[in-house]
Amino acid sequence: MPRVVFREERCKGCELCKEFCPKGIIEMSGIINIMGFHPATVIRMEECTGCAICARMCPDLVIEVEREDKAIG
Amino acid sequence: MRKVFARPKSMKDMPMHYCPGCTHGIIHRLIAEAIDELNVFEQTIVVAPVGCSVFCCDYFDCDAYGASHGRAPAVATGVKRVLPDKIVFTYQGDGDLAAIGTSEIVHAAARGEKITVIFVNNAIYAMTGGQMAPTTLLGQVTTTTPKGREKELNGSPIKMSEMLSVLDGSAYIARVSVHNPAGIFKAKKAIKTAFETQISGKGFSMVEVLSTCPTNWGMTPLKALKWLEENMIPYYPLGEFKTPTEVV
Repeated sequence: MPRVVFREERCKGCELCKEFCPKGIIEMSGIINIMGFHPATVIRMEECTGCAICARMCPDLVIEVEREDKAIG
Repeated sequence: MRKVFARPKSMKDMPMHYCPGCTHGIIHRLIAEAIDELNVFEQTIVVAPVGCSVFCCDYFDCDAYGASHGRAPAVATGVKRVLPDKIVFTYQGDGDLAAIGTSEIVHAAARGEKITVIFVNNAIYAMTGGQMAPTTLLGQVTTTTPKGREKELNGSPIKMSEMLSVLDGSAYIARVSVHNPAGIFKAKKAIKTAFETQISGKGFSMVEVLSTCPTNWGMTPLKALKWLEENMIPYYPLGEFKTPTEVV
């Protein structure tokens, strides 16, 4: 099962990952991080395909993606 | 489980100072990935500009110079000529490259200096507070063009890629955009080709990356990407304007 890890303390809440996630499983969290933004978070991790589009759109390198098959791109 | 996406090795693990949604971070990452994939991390030297990306050497984990405003291609020329085995690239914005540094970039390209230029075009002076740049679109509102840029008063925006591609010294000139995942893939490919052009000694290479400035455009990051796609791409067409095979 693929897994995405968000470093929420680095997120600036720009919502680019949320917009481009093909599965629509990213939402902005209700909490406020140390920089004062609402960080992005995955709400249904079981639907994640590990496509890494969120990570490629993220300007702040917040997201890491783990998957069982070989690397893409 | 293996990591299929993580921070490139040639980028330092520190938070970036850019505004939320600023595409500088994406472009930094693409450069770092290209450096990693070409395995030239140890030989790479970056010349930092003046502008929002003035601290880009804080994020690239390679040797760096800071150039005066617009003079990065001149500094890179010196570095590359003294250390020809190094991979030298400049990272410049449109205010830096297309305004105060026009002379330097044109002559570096004309001389065919074997350097790579990453030109981030966001159509505005961002660090100084959103003034009109040479690349500001007609009708675009900035702090110095409150009614929009007028052709009669300010002239038309400069298309740097087209301009430099007609010079004999340039070997690889491309314009890409980072407004969506497909654009990011193409941008990565162009940046890698630019570095390969330098490594094989074919001449001057430049990649113009259309970028957003949500803060000074006065838009949300998502709206800024849409604005880029709808307004900038029609005026600044994407593509490769010159490839090394065309060099005589």
